[in-house]
Amino acid sequence: MSRGIMRGTLPWMQRPAIIYLVILTQAPVLLTLYYSTTNWNFLRPDRPARFVGLRNYLDFFLARDTGRIMLNTLVFSVAVVGLSLVLGMLLALLLSREFRGRGLARTLMITPFLIMPTVSAVMWKNMLFNPAFGLISSTLAALGGPRIDWINQHAMGSLIVIVTWEWTPFMMLILLSGLQSLQKEHLEAAQIDGAGPLATFRSIVLPHLGRYVEIGVLLETLFVLNIFGEIYTTTTGGPANYTTTLTFNIYLEAFKRWNVGRASAYAIFAVIFANVITLLFLRIIRRGRDGEAA
Amino acid sequence: MKHRGRIGGHVGGTLLSILTIVLALVMFFPILWMVLTSLKTEADAFTWPPPLFFHPTLEQYDVALGASGYFHYLLNTVVITGASTLAALLLGVPAAYRLAFYPTKRSGFTLGWVMSTRMLPAVGVIVPLYVIFKTLRWFDSYHGIILLYTAINLPLVIWMMRSFLQDIPYETIEAARIDGATLWQELMRVIVPMSVPGLVSTVLLCVIFTWNEFFISFNLTITRVPPLSVYIVGFKTSEGLFWAKMSAAATVSALPVMIAGWVSQRQIVRGLTAGAIK
Repeated sequence: MSRGIMRGTLPWMQRPAIIYLVILTQAPVLLTLYYSTTNWNFLRPDRPARFVGLRNYLDFFLARDTGRIMLNTLVFSVAVVGLSLVLGMLLALLLSREFRGRGLARTLMITPFLIMPTVSAVMWKNMLFNPAFGLISSTLAALGGPRIDWINQHAMGSLIVIVTWEWTPFMMLILLSGLQSLQKEHLEAAQIDGAGPLATFRSIVLPHLGRYVEIGVLLETLFVLNIFGEIYTTTTGGPANYTTTLTFNIYLEAFKRWNVGRASAYAIFAVIFANVITLLFLRIIRRGRDGEAA
Repeated sequence: MKHRGRIGGHVGGTLLSILTIVLALVMFFPILWMVLTSLKTEADAFTWPPPLFFHPTLEQYDVALGASGYFHYLLNTVVITGASTLAALLLGVPAAYRLAFYPTKRSGFTLGWVMSTRMLPAVGVIVPLYVIFKTLRWFDSYHGIILLYTAINLPLVIWMMRSFLQDIPYETIEAARIDGATLWQELMRVIVPMSVPGLVSTVLLCVIFTWNEFFISFNLTITRVPPLSVYIVGFKTSEGLFWAKMSAAATVSALPVMIAGWVSQRQIVRGLTAGAIK
């Protein structure tokens, strides 16, 4: 990619942006790290914050509800990412064909991702899941079925449905890009060789899509782990703590129990995990860049 | 795969197309239901079975937009989104320009680091931000929130604009240079016009993510500055059962981003994957 000499590029052009980001993103993380080593609690203004070393981290491993919270987080993220991967793949395959109305179908299908998460949550909770007046319950009742209080009796399941609905378009778009970048010649060559659609899928489409699946899964996992609005709006982590994820628990610890030290320790865990995922993502991008002339 | 025998291929193909459209409608249905409900009277909204033909009315929009301070939240959202997008452009476009046209050995690292800031979990910084905001009296203030949202938009602007600027074919720039264009002319006649579509997509994507953001606004605002995403949460309990009104408020809140997304849908993947996928 020989660009010759581009004019007008001065080193100062990127410095303001970098400095801005450093101040606003890195500095607070360092502060979080610092808070996590104190026992600062806003509800105890009488007791000034003291350095307590790694005790907050120890508390994390010893706390009674940590197991439940981590299980929730795992179930929630694996279910959402897994389901949206499968559904996204299906929809991407269907949309990769050329047909009339394809543009419209695609536009309709990406819309759930664009809807404000709190709007989605309110909409699903009140209009679809509500046991008395919601569409789902009313339809079931009309067919002679039971009226189920989805949000309260199947809290995690309902939450997974809502978030999967929101995020499937994300996965679908990524996989669709992958399918569309597949050279047509490869597909036709396979056909000429007599390969059926299933064999072609397995030996040509799937390997090519591997990179896209990796990117989609990593990114979606990263974003899904940070989901807050939908949980707050539908279940507020309940019933009890059955839908409390790590992110939601950090919010509870910081802004309901005001145990800032502890919340910061939990937050550092979240940051570490996010960094791991980010590093994996960057590695994939660099691998792709070396492989092709991106 | 469409050439596998005329008749089977065509019928199979048509069936698949119908299936796709049906699935698209199923995915879209909750949104459609919300919009339809917003056009009903409250009585109609609660009738079961839901009336197939009803008198559409705009009264809910009248109520939703007029009363309950909706406009206050809408204004907040517009101000916050607009200002933070603009600020991100001012800071980010020069950076993207340099990263696109003067790549050094450090550029890869810089870009990767910029991406990582976007992927930082909000929970990792919310506590110090809360403390700092309270200390500086920035809590529930426009400038505080705008500063934060700018930091969220900035990585997006950088990687999107870098990607778009790199797409500009060098031959075009070279041609202008051969014609004796000065730097200013090179910018105005080639680079700026060719990057306008990319700029538009970038702006739309920033709008989408800022408009919908909830966690930071929820925790760092109270009464003066909260945006629509926080307002909508007021509807989370179904007490009051003003569903038609709720649907109207929800539809208006979601509509701008829906349109922005539809317009920029081809660029969404590029924006979401930091330019890794185009």
